[in-house]
Amino acid sequence: MNSSFLQFSSITKKIWMAFLGLFLMIFLVVHLGINLCLLRDDGGVWFNAAAHFMGTNYIVKVFEIVLFGGFIIHILLGIILQVQNWMARPVRYLVSNKTDTPFLSKYMIYTGGIVLIFLIIHFMNFYFIKLGWVSNPNFIEGEPNFYIIAQELFAQPVYSMLYVILFIVLGFHLNQAFQAAWQTLGINHPQYNSCIQWFGTVYAIVVPLGFIIIPIYFLLIR
Amino acid sequence: MKLTLKIWRQKDAKSTGKFVTYSIDNISPNCSFLEMLDILNEQLIAKNEEPVVFDHDCREGICGMCSLYINGRPHGPDDAVTACQLHMRKFKDGDTIVIEPWRAKPFPVIKDLMVDRSAFDKIIQEGGYISVNTGGAAEANNILVGKENSELAMDAASCIGCGACVAACKNASAMLFVSAKVSQFALLPQGQIEAKQRVMRMVKKMDELGFGNCTNTYACEAECPKLISRSNIARMNREFMCAKVI
Repeated sequence: MNSSFLQFSSITKKIWMAFLGLFLMIFLVVHLGINLCLLRDDGGVWFNAAAHFMGTNYIVKVFEIVLFGGFIIHILLGIILQVQNWMARPVRYLVSNKTDTPFLSKYMIYTGGIVLIFLIIHFMNFYFIKLGWVSNPNFIEGEPNFYIIAQELFAQPVYSMLYVILFIVLGFHLNQAFQAAWQTLGINHPQYNSCIQWFGTVYAIVVPLGFIIIPIYFLLIR
Repeated sequence: MKLTLKIWRQKDAKSTGKFVTYSIDNISPNCSFLEMLDILNEQLIAKNEEPVVFDHDCREGICGMCSLYINGRPHGPDDAVTACQLHMRKFKDGDTIVIEPWRAKPFPVIKDLMVDRSAFDKIIQEGGYISVNTGGAAEANNILVGKENSELAMDAASCIGCGACVAACKNASAMLFVSAKVSQFALLPQGQIEAKQRVMRMVKKMDELGFGNCTNTYACEAECPKLISRSNIARMNREFMCAKVI
């Protein structure tokens, strides 16, 4: 790792975390939009068309690089900041802290870690198939049939249950992350704080819920 | 009140400390927390034992010397007070009270419950000042200050530098302290001359000293005896971004 990367000030690292976090939140909405195509009873025509567009459009391909870069830097910065935080208190307290703080705000690294594990599994199940790194028999016209792949995964109750749990964890991560990002970017004003908090909470409920509906639909309705 | 005290005892900075349990009786609920420790120390001295060392000075909540982490909270189980303003009526008869020193790499323990907070002084030295020409005092109304900014600057300046924010933060971050010290100048015209270098240098020193990073849990704000707002942290971040970019 480049040593200058580590030498950025604490605030610079946090500002990058915040910017990239907000960018990833925008991406998540796009991803949800595509995933919701799975709910159409059309044999995966819309979903595979969307996947084809995302895999072939040149603008999307450029954004894909930005997206992966964003993910990697966000994760790396999160780990670096956390290691520095652990080092800042070498001797722990006997009595754990009793201060009243927002729910799960102290556990962002852990909720983020769970999301990262899922992300790796998700890549293995979808993106790596496209790259040819993971073999899968479900191909249509030379391209992976992601509709069938998704359907087969969601037909497994254990996978679907883990998927639902993951998005609940992601919801908690996002709820804290959204308002924290604005605070880090210097946006804190009595006039806007409640609006930011409200939007963050609504986003953290609605977007994960959108993802959660899909495995439930495949398991219970299909 | 009869109490059991579990107190961190450490001979000096190099020694390994340990918790020692003491029993204390006949404590008035109207006693302050530090007075209770005074009573304990009198009893220890009478028994030819080493008294417990703890920081204190004004005992009226303005000097910022108190530094006790009591039952999992800096300054104990009361809001917006320092340990010297904490009264024993906040505890119940028969309670066990665990008293620890502030825990942070930049705040090493000197002895028992006393920690070295000169790290804060080093941060102040980096930018906690303004440039003023010597000579006769200028007419005060020559520089007009808006009422709102004046109030916010005074709020920020009410930080007593006790370090409860660092003690409460799970990351031992000093962001609330540094942001209060940056804000008290950033909000006033007199603070504009060194504004950019102030925030850059104070943040750099804060990082060098080994304080942790802010992860927006706001434990600092919740435990600050002077109710310093986290909006100061946002202001410092803005100041930092402007200093970097502009």
